[in-house]
Amino acid sequence: MFKYTVKRILQLIPVLLGVSIIVFLIMRVFSPDPAGVVLGQHATPDAMQAWRQENGLNNPIWLQYWNFLIDALHGDLGTSYYTHSPVTQEIASRFPATVELAICAIILASIFGILLGVISSVKKNSLADHASMILALIGVSMPIFWSGMLMIILFSGTWHLLPSSGRIDPMLQPVGGTGLYLIDTLFSGDFEAFGNALQHLILPTVALSLYSMAIITRMTRSSMLETLDQDYIRTAEAKGLTRGRVVQHHALRNAMIPVTTVIGLQFGSLLGGAVLTETVFAWPGIGKYTVECILKSDFPVVQGVVLLIAVIFVLLNLVVDIIYAFLDPRIKYAKKEG
Amino acid sequence: MKKRRTSEAAASAQILEKPESLWRSMWDSLKENRAAMISLFVIAALVLIAVTTAIFPKILPYDPYDQDLSQAKLWPSPAHICGTDQNGRDIFARILVGTQISLSVGLAAVTISLVIGVVLGAIAGYRGGKIDAVIMRFMDIMLSIPSILLAIAFMAALGKGIDKAVIAIGLVSIPEYARIVRSQILSVKENDYVQAARVIGDKDGRIIFRHILPNVTSSIVVRATLGISSAVLDTAALGFLGLGVQPPLAEWGDMLGRARGMILQFPYMLIFPGLAITITVLAFNLLGDGLRDALDPKSRKN
Repeated sequence: MFKYTVKRILQLIPVLLGVSIIVFLIMRVFSPDPAGVVLGQHATPDAMQAWRQENGLNNPIWLQYWNFLIDALHGDLGTSYYTHSPVTQEIASRFPATVELAICAIILASIFGILLGVISSVKKNSLADHASMILALIGVSMPIFWSGMLMIILFSGTWHLLPSSGRIDPMLQPVGGTGLYLIDTLFSGDFEAFGNALQHLILPTVALSLYSMAIITRMTRSSMLETLDQDYIRTAEAKGLTRGRVVQHHALRNAMIPVTTVIGLQFGSLLGGAVLTETVFAWPGIGKYTVECILKSDFPVVQGVVLLIAVIFVLLNLVVDIIYAFLDPRIKYAKKEG
Repeated sequence: MKKRRTSEAAASAQILEKPESLWRSMWDSLKENRAAMISLFVIAALVLIAVTTAIFPKILPYDPYDQDLSQAKLWPSPAHICGTDQNGRDIFARILVGTQISLSVGLAAVTISLVIGVVLGAIAGYRGGKIDAVIMRFMDIMLSIPSILLAIAFMAALGKGIDKAVIAIGLVSIPEYARIVRSQILSVKENDYVQAARVIGDKDGRIIFRHILPNVTSSIVVRATLGISSAVLDTAALGFLGLGVQPPLAEWGDMLGRARGMILQFPYMLIFPGLAITITVLAFNLLGDGLRDALDPKSRKN
């Protein structure tokens, strides 16, 4: 197990290097000259040249990459062209908002996805089964930003039940702490602020979770159906165990192994999907910020965000693989090859 | 004696031809699937709308690009069944014209990822060794960035525009095709007929295209159908973020993005374009699921 973990961590190094190269190349090679974008159309060629010199853009591309890599390893992702503050600082101030949203969404998606999947597999071809499958199909077919806006129309516009934008009432905003408002307000005992933050979270969380929920439902259902078909389930039933006990103790545990993988992968894509959800709900996280930076060509920030999310995604995959190996002793640790 | 052998050969040739072709049996079981048939019909209707509005724009009740501010922000009525937008353009006409962009972008993006993905996957699977390792590690790296984020990064670099959206969306799904083709090729590569082709001296390219790829087309078709649905969804997402079409072109995601600031006052503006996206994506998803079930009787059972 230890050997497997170490090996998987070592395998990460080329992948992470590759990610950094891709992100760097996309931003530096394909993109238009940032000098023109940042300084505006009326900048003199001299000023543009000076700006390029100052930002190291006159160096050969390999040297630029090398500097970028070394700086990144030291935790320096460059400075924003516009605010002139370090990219890491820009990201750090907005990242907790995204993390809070993504964690809530993956929890919601997992709970309901597994629940619906189990129900529809146990009651196969029942009304509940068909209903969850239709729900899952709609979940993967509806654009996340559309369902989000529909929710705003209904819950904020029509029924005035929930706020449509922001993270918390500015008057109640907690100072310092983890940046995860639910946790910060809970620990400071400020329940009014906690309730307010929770209210703000509901709509974006539901909108962001729908797609993952649908995927998890489908995966749970097919994995459960496969498991319920196994001989040991029939044995357990022949022993006279109740259906509920068989499902809970024999089927569910085995069926959950592939579902864990899907949940891990979905968390990564939630971070990507947050770009859309945050834009719809004016959620002050890195997703919304990235879109703003793209629209004004603030490349260092976009580069930093994409790199950060890719690194998280890769690390998550590693964790999922290791958990998977833990859960399923049948997996040969060398299997990952090839 | 010699005569008998030829007739035997003819008989065995007949037996070889007898099994139904894969496509035939796929179609037969697809016909049984009501959801898939309905979605096939919906897709045919969408294609018809896209083609007709492209060839005969006059067929539309209103000019989808004609701005008339005196007619702006009208709620749905018999005259404008989906209402008009902030520039006084008929939303229904714009939705109909929007099928052109959604379908052509979906198709073009899938073509890009399909062609490049199949070639890379075929080379990796057939050659194996170092080439395989390099190609597949590269695919792993691409897969390690969430696809919508990678597409957005490409768009950020390439600049706005629908042609660039096609490239961005097409590039990000290459790894999926490469993986499918590679694994399928690995599983058929050692079959006798491939070995036989090699023995009679066929070149690698010929073996791949004549003997191996035909065996993997069905799974590629399934993947491509589902791929169109996600390409349509991604196109809408990029449009919504303001990275897609340039005005005055009509694209569903772009229409939603522009209506975003007014959804509480004029909710009708976002109902219909969103519905158009959902129906299109749903149709391709259902068809893709149906095709997969038709190919794999095991999954049909579930």
